[in-house]
Amino acid sequence: MAVLTYRDALNAALREEMHRDENVFLMGEEVAEYNGAYKVSRGLLEEFGPRRVVDTPIAELGFAGIGVGAAMVGLRPVIEMMSMNFALLAIDQIVNAAAKIRYMSGGQIGCPLVMRGPGGAALQLGAQHSQAFESWYAHIPGLKVVMPATPADAKGLLKAAIRDDNPVVFIEGEMLYNMKGEVPDGEYVIPLGRADIKRAGNDVTIICHSKTVAPALNAAKTLSEEGIDAEVIDLRTIRPLDHETILASIARTNRVVVAEEGWGFAGVGAEVVDVIQREAFDALDAPIIRVHQADVPMPYNKHLEKAAKADATKIVAAVHQVCYRN
Amino acid sequence: MEVTQAPARAKRRGPDAPFANQYHAWLRTMVLIRHFEEKAGEAYALGQIGGFCHLYIGQEAVAVGTLAALRPDDYVISAYREHGQALARGMTPRSVMAELFGKATGCSKGKGGSMHLFDASINFMGGHGIVGGQIPLGAGFAFAAKYRGTDQVSLTYFGEAAVNIGSFHEALNMAGLWKLPAIFVIENNGYGMGTALKRASAITELYRRAASYGMPGVEVDGQDVVAVKQATDDAVAHARAGAGPTLLEIKTFRYVGHSMSDAASGTYRSKEELDSSRQRDPIVLLEMRMRELGMLDDDSVKKLEAEVIEEIADAVKFAEESPEPEPGALWTDVYAPATT
Ligand SMILES: Cc1ncc(C[n+]2csc(CCOP(=O)(O)OP(=O)(O)O)c2C)c(N)n1
Ligand SMILES: [Mg+2]
Repeated sequence: MAVLTYRDALNAALREEMHRDENVFLMGEEVAEYNGAYKVSRGLLEEFGPRRVVDTPIAELGFAGIGVGAAMVGLRPVIEMMSMNFALLAIDQIVNAAAKIRYMSGGQIGCPLVMRGPGGAALQLGAQHSQAFESWYAHIPGLKVVMPATPADAKGLLKAAIRDDNPVVFIEGEMLYNMKGEVPDGEYVIPLGRADIKRAGNDVTIICHSKTVAPALNAAKTLSEEGIDAEVIDLRTIRPLDHETILASIARTNRVVVAEEGWGFAGVGAEVVDVIQREAFDALDAPIIRVHQADVPMPYNKHLEKAAKADATKIVAAVHQVCYRN
Repeated sequence: MEVTQAPARAKRRGPDAPFANQYHAWLRTMVLIRHFEEKAGEAYALGQIGGFCHLYIGQEAVAVGTLAALRPDDYVISAYREHGQALARGMTPRSVMAELFGKATGCSKGKGGSMHLFDASINFMGGHGIVGGQIPLGAGFAFAAKYRGTDQVSLTYFGEAAVNIGSFHEALNMAGLWKLPAIFVIENNGYGMGTALKRASAITELYRRAASYGMPGVEVDGQDVVAVKQATDDAVAHARAGAGPTLLEIKTFRYVGHSMSDAASGTYRSKEELDSSRQRDPIVLLEMRMRELGMLDDDSVKKLEAEVIEEIADAVKFAEESPEPEPGALWTDVYAPATT
């Protein structure tokens, strides 16, 4: 077990999968000669050459579509988006082609593609560079949506995403790339569709993913000092959603907070709440409270930005509410 | 770097000899497409076919001439006006008609419909419904062929209205940049729905756009199946040789409305214009040529027509009698079957 950054864990997953399968290649803006806008692909050009590590022009729709086409005929493209904000330019190819080819062709043609890159906010990047779009992709049958929160998950889930025969939208985080953690060496593959209990607890369940996992764990620490024992569930895969882990936890805790980075309206948390009210209505001792970004474009000013973002303080406050404590 | 080849107008060249032995087959396929589409139009009017349905009548020589130049292992992808290309590529009238009827025996098991015909066994990679959306996919097949080091080529069809959407520009730029083995076919039938080309594109000689992408651009007479075949042969040879993509602007006519819900002529194009476009019918032109060469007479035309009519009638009967998809089919083919 080595201690790696999230960035290097992704790099290791890419390297290992490219060694393992000749059909895997990486394509995107600045992935090759520049070593990646966030250095996730560092050293891959040197190791695999320009045939398999392909720099593209700034043409998200075009190279996403080329990736989808290559996947339809059996390659396993990993398409890097410099940011998921820019992937909006490519979303037509992901939603209208990748997600539907199998169905429209009556099962004849698949699309084993990974589109990956950082999503959500970093620091003071302003309204156009700070958006969390996972719920957009999770809305689409035919897609899988994966969001690792730790270096180990980053490696294990990326390897699984590359091996998956479906199109997978794999969303990382600029603020996660430098996070360090223990990462198993070599063959470490985490099945998609399984949430992970990042902290076990009995009094309340905090459901979160990606960049809300760390604040949720911090919140749990604060809460434990007050005598509230929180369980923290990291969804890891948004679609397919792991109902089982969520429901088993609620059966014990009877109280739920759902945290996410993005906006609340039609967000991931809305789906989670829907599952819970249908499947575990009688288990609830309090209404579920959601924590998410303020319903405004992300402001630049750092105080306003902080006020807009979901954080540990807001999660603690939400837990107080569901536990009827003040 | 190489110098961009000057855009050109393709001249029909040479004698018939190299192709004449294929004329019968081409004529038969063109007649088959024409009858298929006429029957599809009737079935639509009867409510047997639903949704959007775009017919290919008038454009038959484009599909037949281009696909005659491909090998079975090459890739083909198109837009939603693709019945003719599916048939010319070798899909049976039965499997296409059954798909239009939404039946379980259709090429896409009734889940695709008129706009989404697929047959992976002959690398027919679909009809696609977002204008221009298939162009990057076609470039992707070419990318895969080059990646694997095969000499397959990828041929992508789209209408002339699709040259104004971003996917055209992005895909052709990368195809030119990376010298992908691709053939991009503009089926220029003059209109995108009700918008004439000159009302949508800053230049109307679309083959000239190839200059921006470092690839040859060729204007082709799309009513002359031989000219289409020759131009496509050149493009295929260019691509197989590793010299990169070609943009073919194949000029043709759609005799019918944009879709089944649209009249053949109306506010956006006059009856006179439509009638004059029919003067150069691709089937009549090939028949005349074959008669000149002594390859065809009234009897053989009659025989061919009769055969084709029977084949289409059989396809309609097959589609009518085929079962609807099982209710459970709703839920299958969304994700790949789970593997361990
Ligand atoms: C992105 C997009 N915008 C609009 C439409 C609606 N639409 C369908 S076909 C069409 C005209 C396309 O014309 P052309 O590309 O010339 O093909 P043709 O129908 O003549 O074969 C339009 C506007 C669409 N399907 N996709
Ligand atoms: Mg047109």
